[in-house]
Amino acid sequence: MRYAETGYNLEVDLSRGNIERVETDPRLTELHLGGLGTNAKILWDRVPPEVEPFSPDNLLIFSSGLLGGTPAFGANRTIVSTISPQTLFMAYSMMGGFFAPELKYAGYDKVIIRGKSPKLVYLWINNDKVEIRDATHLQGKGALETAALIQDELNEPNAQVAAIGLAGENRVYFASIEHGRSSASRQGLGAVMGSKGLKAIAVRGTKDINIARPAEFYELCNEVLQYIKFREENPIPGVPTILQGLGSPQEMAIHDEKWHTESFAWGNARHRMKGFWTEEIEDEWLDTQEKAVARLISCYNCPMECGAIINYPALGVSKYMMKCFSKLTYTMAAMTDSLDFGYQIAGRAQEYGVDGFSAPQVMAFAVELKEAGILTDEDFAGCPSDNEGRFFWLLDRIARREGIGDVLANGTYWAAKQIGKGAEEYAHNNIKKHEQVPIKLGMLNPIYYIMYATGEKINITQIEGQFPQAPFPTREAREEFVKDWIQVPDDKFKEYFVNWELRGEYSMPFYPGAEACCEIVDWMERMHHIDDSLGVCAGLSSFPLKPPYHIHNYPKFVSAGAGIDMDEAELTLAAKRNRNLIRAVNIRRGMRRADEKPPENHWRRRFPELEEELLDTYYKFRGWNEEGIPTKETLHELDLAYVSEDFEQRGILKNEQS
Amino acid sequence: MNKVKKTVKVIKIDLEKCNGCRACEVICSAFHAEPKYSTSNPARSRIRLIREPLKDLYLPVYAGEYTPAECMGRNKYIVDGREYEECAFCRASCPSRDAFKEPDSGLPLKCDMCEDDPPQEEPLCVKWCLADALTYEEREEEVEEEVVMEEIETGLKSLVDKYGLEELVDTVARMLQKD
Repeated sequence: MRYAETGYNLEVDLSRGNIERVETDPRLTELHLGGLGTNAKILWDRVPPEVEPFSPDNLLIFSSGLLGGTPAFGANRTIVSTISPQTLFMAYSMMGGFFAPELKYAGYDKVIIRGKSPKLVYLWINNDKVEIRDATHLQGKGALETAALIQDELNEPNAQVAAIGLAGENRVYFASIEHGRSSASRQGLGAVMGSKGLKAIAVRGTKDINIARPAEFYELCNEVLQYIKFREENPIPGVPTILQGLGSPQEMAIHDEKWHTESFAWGNARHRMKGFWTEEIEDEWLDTQEKAVARLISCYNCPMECGAIINYPALGVSKYMMKCFSKLTYTMAAMTDSLDFGYQIAGRAQEYGVDGFSAPQVMAFAVELKEAGILTDEDFAGCPSDNEGRFFWLLDRIARREGIGDVLANGTYWAAKQIGKGAEEYAHNNIKKHEQVPIKLGMLNPIYYIMYATGEKINITQIEGQFPQAPFPTREAREEFVKDWIQVPDDKFKEYFVNWELRGEYSMPFYPGAEACCEIVDWMERMHHIDDSLGVCAGLSSFPLKPPYHIHNYPKFVSAGAGIDMDEAELTLAAKRNRNLIRAVNIRRGMRRADEKPPENHWRRRFPELEEELLDTYYKFRGWNEEGIPTKETLHELDLAYVSEDFEQRGILKNEQS
Repeated sequence: MNKVKKTVKVIKIDLEKCNGCRACEVICSAFHAEPKYSTSNPARSRIRLIREPLKDLYLPVYAGEYTPAECMGRNKYIVDGREYEECAFCRASCPSRDAFKEPDSGLPLKCDMCEDDPPQEEPLCVKWCLADALTYEEREEEVEEEVVMEEIETGLKSLVDKYGLEELVDTVARMLQKD
């Protein structure tokens, strides 16, 4: 019997209309756990580097994690993986909600989509019965609207639906896949879904997931529950309100946005607005938030309330669901102090199905290009002149790919190339062609430097976590912080933090030193990779400070849940294997050291020599060569000999024996 | 009839506090698995969350008695402007709907307040509800003694209702022969 996982994938070929239920190899679970790990394995095996993102041969994988749907809290993530039309590398965005557990109850760990349907369809998975159904009547419908229409026509209110909106159908490079309050937004997964002619997947399942050692597993869940309660009652002192608790930043519950509005950049990721958070703004935004938020809501089997139902008829938007930072990204990019606007446009953006980081950045980029005279009045013919009106107009053009929107729909990197005339200078906030969180800071942070440069997820919120973003001002506060820091893999991390000063010898950028930076980054990355293969939300694990899941209890969850006995070292090895396999997919697609660069202006104070040293040290730490390519020895140690053989055949690694 | 003391177990449900996470369903299904906690499957849960986010409807309902026939009519509640689905508040395992039936056998489910030996402090749905949408209370009451049907009897009765006694007896006889 298979435990925690179902042991079956659903293979769907949309070109031929073929559907198969395929048993998976349990050995792959031992090697890669599941979720992101096994997704990477499938993409490595079946999508060679010649395959273009919109080719029928590209795969679009919806996966649960190994623990998904078990009683483990927060094990609800759907890990969607494909090749990104924007970065041309492996894209893996994830969403919370209810989709992955339902898929597992239907009897599948993954749905693997290949081919391309001649007309728009949706997939209906009802336990063993799976159908490809016509979706031409859903063409152009909003993502949430589509979900409701499908539930109605199937007469299945309990079906979980993931859908694209118009942006996905039109292959907008930053189109998202939406599911309730959650979305897999980054790197254009929705565009790949659109290119396959797949409007939505609906799933309903009523089967069991088995647990290997039930009593032990239940006790572990209880411990996590108790720790969540403890953290709820004990917010972390000395960090901004928004970072004190667990979950995503609690932006639906907390109205205090001093940190985001004053630390993050406005417009086209340009301006810091120190002093923005006045009493007047605070009152106004509190009022808006209280009117807008009807209820705080959770994902499947998770007590955190990171999302909300937005019900604000006065704004003329229908009810929708929101999470986290999309509340502010549009407002800040549009350079308006109206939170009303943020709630209004986010509703429309969700129905279109676009990424809440890239979309506002692209629009702010367009506005700058217009102001600089690079885009013309003709490009903006019919566009209102006020900041907010302009954003609504641009959003419509992009989702419909009309006029200038057709160019902007390719994201800032590709749009700038197409526009020319110096537009490239304005696409300044990218890493590997992908729009970054709009943040511009003073002093180089060496830990963040490594994460930004090398993180395969190309999105800092899904790379960072665990280690505080900045030192606490006093040694006493730091000593207090490390007292109950049970999550550290090793006590040396406490030392790194306790000695970390705001100024002087023990401050950034030269402290804590390249080797220690690598260890800290390794810890953060490791936890994200474990989360993403187990399907547990980063909000209870790798993202917040002092989370309930950590390297000391995770191996027990895997052992008792899946019956795969693992200790910390073995789980760490699996995470490392996955991390290297994802890198291998990208290396085979041409990614090299030259691509591993944070935006030029991310920090004002840069240290080119130190940065080279950091990268060199990190590559060496990882067992990669000077180009960031995993070496033969590294790959062999990780049971990835087939990768090194492939690298040698392609001339990516030299075959030293020949 | 004799008067006996009875502990009345009450789960208070605060609809405004429910965040829709369905942890109650998960742990209910795990607790009632055989052996305990060996599977999870909300479709076997004895608590069901009626959840329609865009209507702001969040209603946990507990499985009550099995009933062989549906009511003559159905009802629909509108509370504070929210329209709940037909018979939403009803706890019966009833032929009119899928709720509160084992997904494979169709046998009725009923909340037993997590009866256990040694007893649980509170039903596990309550324990796992950190939003405090579910809270637990006990009180003593004096009631007349009554004969309670065993679980197996309820199950058999529902099979009799569904297939007829003769069919059921025949099937049991057939199964005995096979053994």
